[in-house]
Amino acid sequence: MTTTTLNSVRRLFDHVSPPMVALILAVILFFAGGLINPNFVNVTQAINIVRAAAFLGIIAAGQTLVIISGGEGIDLSVGAVVTLSAILVFRISDGDNAMMVPALLVALAVGAGIGLMNGLGVMLLRIPPLVMTLAMAGVVQGTVLIVTRGQLIGDTPSLMRRFIASPLVLGVPGVVFLWILVGIGMWLLLERTNYGKQLFAVGVNRKTATLSGVNVPLVVIATYTLSGFLAAFGGFTLLGFTQTVFLNLGQPYLFPSIAAVVVGGTVLAGGKGSYWGTMSGALVLTLIDSLLRALQLQQAYQFMVLGTVLVLLLSVYGRQRTLRQ
Amino acid sequence: MNQINLQRISLRHTYLFALAILVAAIAINYYHQPNMFEIRVLNGNLRVFLPLILLAAGQTVVIIGGGIDLSVGAMVSMVNAILVTLITSDSTTTEVILAILAGCGAGMLAGALNGFCVAYLRLQPIVTTYATSFIYAGLALYILPRPGGSVPSDLARLYRDTPLGVPFTAYVIVVLVLIWLLLRSTRYGQYLLATGSNADAAYTTGVPVNRVRLSTYVIGGLMAALAGLAITMSVGTGNPRIGDAMTLDSIVAVVLGGTRLAGGQGGVVGTVIGVLILGTIRNIISFANVPTWSQTLVDALIILVALAGPGLVRLMRGQPVFVGAIWQRLVRKESA
Repeated sequence: MTTTTLNSVRRLFDHVSPPMVALILAVILFFAGGLINPNFVNVTQAINIVRAAAFLGIIAAGQTLVIISGGEGIDLSVGAVVTLSAILVFRISDGDNAMMVPALLVALAVGAGIGLMNGLGVMLLRIPPLVMTLAMAGVVQGTVLIVTRGQLIGDTPSLMRRFIASPLVLGVPGVVFLWILVGIGMWLLLERTNYGKQLFAVGVNRKTATLSGVNVPLVVIATYTLSGFLAAFGGFTLLGFTQTVFLNLGQPYLFPSIAAVVVGGTVLAGGKGSYWGTMSGALVLTLIDSLLRALQLQQAYQFMVLGTVLVLLLSVYGRQRTLRQ
Repeated sequence: MNQINLQRISLRHTYLFALAILVAAIAINYYHQPNMFEIRVLNGNLRVFLPLILLAAGQTVVIIGGGIDLSVGAMVSMVNAILVTLITSDSTTTEVILAILAGCGAGMLAGALNGFCVAYLRLQPIVTTYATSFIYAGLALYILPRPGGSVPSDLARLYRDTPLGVPFTAYVIVVLVLIWLLLRSTRYGQYLLATGSNADAAYTTGVPVNRVRLSTYVIGGLMAALAGLAITMSVGTGNPRIGDAMTLDSIVAVVLGGTRLAGGQGGVVGTVIGVLILGTIRNIISFANVPTWSQTLVDALIILVALAGPGLVRLMRGQPVFVGAIWQRLVRKESA
């Protein structure tokens, strides 16, 4: 693609917000899938894709907040928290429906606690978020290894299967409704609460935020705590789908969660973005993934195509301002 | 007065704290492994550390320039795949040299693609290099679908050699540090620091910001290729996923060495120390009879403590360790 066509494409997209672009792209990709494999375009397939996107979307919710908070904000511990939360629910509930809610509460509290430690490390000890959360991921994985010794015993409550992964209403699985609820919650949080306003202020410029009376450390620490909390919730929903746990359960969602945020138009520098963008981003990434699977390429080609598509996707609108502006 | 001097020194030499940790780590390592300073043991350790040192040195240049490269590990795998495919155990010297040149060229091309995307297309480094890492990982798998291959024994022997009683790898590290010190004193070095600390200001004062950014990624790619070469010489065989785990280690090493992730500050000397810290920590873990299940946790905790050190020192210096006071201080710092 030459720079001029790229520019004209960009000018076209300037009138549409990035989340909208991502959503349009998702629809185009879905029907493009039909050209490759006619069986790709049908309601069941669409529902499957939305279901897979829902897990990524919920896991990426906290990531969205952390990235909006700026200051190189990023959370590399979400993968480990997802795994830990799923293991906790799996173990504590041990398949007992009555224990599902207590187990979920424990998992959420532990996730929030890990997020809190990330926030404290970033704000009080001034450790860069990238390495702080990376080291925290190591601590979480290490703790899981010590406690479980790789023996993951437990069971998934049957309620979870029914209300998360299986069709609930009109063939749509429960996790999709959960995702919509998370979406509404995130919208309210970002657009209708004091915290949301302060978060954007902190993301744009921490100095001006402080000067206008925002307690920057508190907002940042709360954001990382929320991220851990939401990742733990993501782990809970993921367990409802997989029905089993393994030590690497959450890791494949880590970088896609960041990519979904960026594809949805949230700027990594912070201060600008939306969760609905992340939701569209999660849909696009999941679609690309299932398209590549439908193509039945070898893994080598799958990787190369995925990388190229991601770069093209980013170059259409994931761009930062130029130096001359 | 004394304190101000200390502050000034620690600002100029960002790796001093890392050096202190390294000394402590080596002392503990020495306690568990008394023969660690024997040339044979030292050589064995350095052979293991060198690929990450080379890789992290490249990462340092990228990070000082204000970027980050998450694709370096995939580049190591790609170059490893290229080398073992082009070289067989009975290749001639010329063939080996040509293969190495091809590997370095591939690394620089991969780096140039990253740099082009970041500098000229203005894409965000973290996600872009994450995306390109798939391209390089795919290429590695395409070139070498399954582990295998071998290199001439001379090549492996050179890597293990100790000319004049000093490990070959030590020479490489010294040359690397000298090149960095030389580079830093050139105009390019100034451009690099200026670009990383404030790209807009650098641009207005006539620094070719885009070209500098591109060059950092090319250097990162070249260093990844050299790391790929080192790891190939070290293990003597090919594996299309050999570099996967090295990406994040390279970033941790850079930060441990005192280079700021935000760019514009730091250096390769600190990074070498950072890698030595990581390597020594892992040595200690394997020699101190830490149970296998605990190794991941111990590794992560020690890294965390090392990362938290400078922040802890800053928090405690001249301040009562009282959470309220810390809060107040942080808030004031933000506005300063």
